[in-house]
Amino acid sequence: MSGHSLGEGDPRTLRAILWRTVPVWAALIALALSSCALAYVPMGGFNMAASLAIAAAKMVLVGVFFMHLRRPDPLLRLSGGAWLLWLGFLLALVFADQATRAPISQPAHSPDVTGRETGPGGMPGF
Amino acid sequence: MSGGEALREPWESLRRQREAAGFGMWLFLNSEALLFGALISAFFATRFFHPQGFAAGGREAEIVYGTVNTLVLLTSSLTMAMASFATRAELRRVSFWSLGLTLALGVVFLGLKIMEWRSDLEKNMFPGPGFPIEQPGAALFWGFYWALTPLHALHMIGGLSTVGFLTWQAARGKRPLRSPAFEAAGLYWHLIDVVWIFLYPLIYLQGRASS
Repeated sequence: MSGHSLGEGDPRTLRAILWRTVPVWAALIALALSSCALAYVPMGGFNMAASLAIAAAKMVLVGVFFMHLRRPDPLLRLSGGAWLLWLGFLLALVFADQATRAPISQPAHSPDVTGRETGPGGMPGF
Repeated sequence: MSGGEALREPWESLRRQREAAGFGMWLFLNSEALLFGALISAFFATRFFHPQGFAAGGREAEIVYGTVNTLVLLTSSLTMAMASFATRAELRRVSFWSLGLTLALGVVFLGLKIMEWRSDLEKNMFPGPGFPIEQPGAALFWGFYWALTPLHALHMIGGLSTVGFLTWQAARGKRPLRSPAFEAAGLYWHLIDVVWIFLYPLIYLQGRASS
């Protein structure tokens, strides 16, 4: 493990701390305001996709710079990233079930039957 | 203040203790991510059946409160990150200023949240008799709203209590600034922020471009 693995290279003065944190905050604020503005631009099913992509970018910024995941510590990175795997399982199973079983078990709510607004590929707007 | 004061049993070094505190907190945060992740996947699974109802419901959410609170919470993450670095570097004044600002911003967030809930209730935005939106699914959207935002606010109260307690201990000289607890509390605070980062588009940005 390198000498910097647990933050030994972290800023030690107010100036260095501000330099390390304020640009990240500015990027977060810019992303938040742009996602608010984008929500009013008609993009059909892509509005939610765009705002979720911006949310994911904000999460990466907070995780890497504020939650110290940029430190080259394997234990920290593994524990900081494990939830992605479990949440991935959860989402994959939920939506696999929904995509394959819902049209059969709940035809009244199926977007194809009711002619509700659909996005690309006949899927409902995401 | 020496590292010896911050060091607790059973650790041999502050470095190991710091690593354990971070690891333990991350394990807890994993369970929190799954709690909110499950609720958010239920949100999308329900939205799949009622895209228009969710859009109609989302349009009634108070976007001004939601956006201002997003900016408040992102700024509190900045001050918490500063506190995390400053306590570690034992910069006493910077530490207390940034911890105090973090607490103040957390209280502002909760205050705005309460004002928003009051406004929602005045508009009768609670699923049940008298709920004003007719589209199917809009009441389900507001059901998620009333599940997710109070749960998030409870986490905020937890974060405020933790950071407030640690700050109080440090101010009374009972906890050295080098204690890894500040960094661990910071991780929890940032999680509250990350959860809100996802709740913001789900709740407030829904259906704004359509009418």
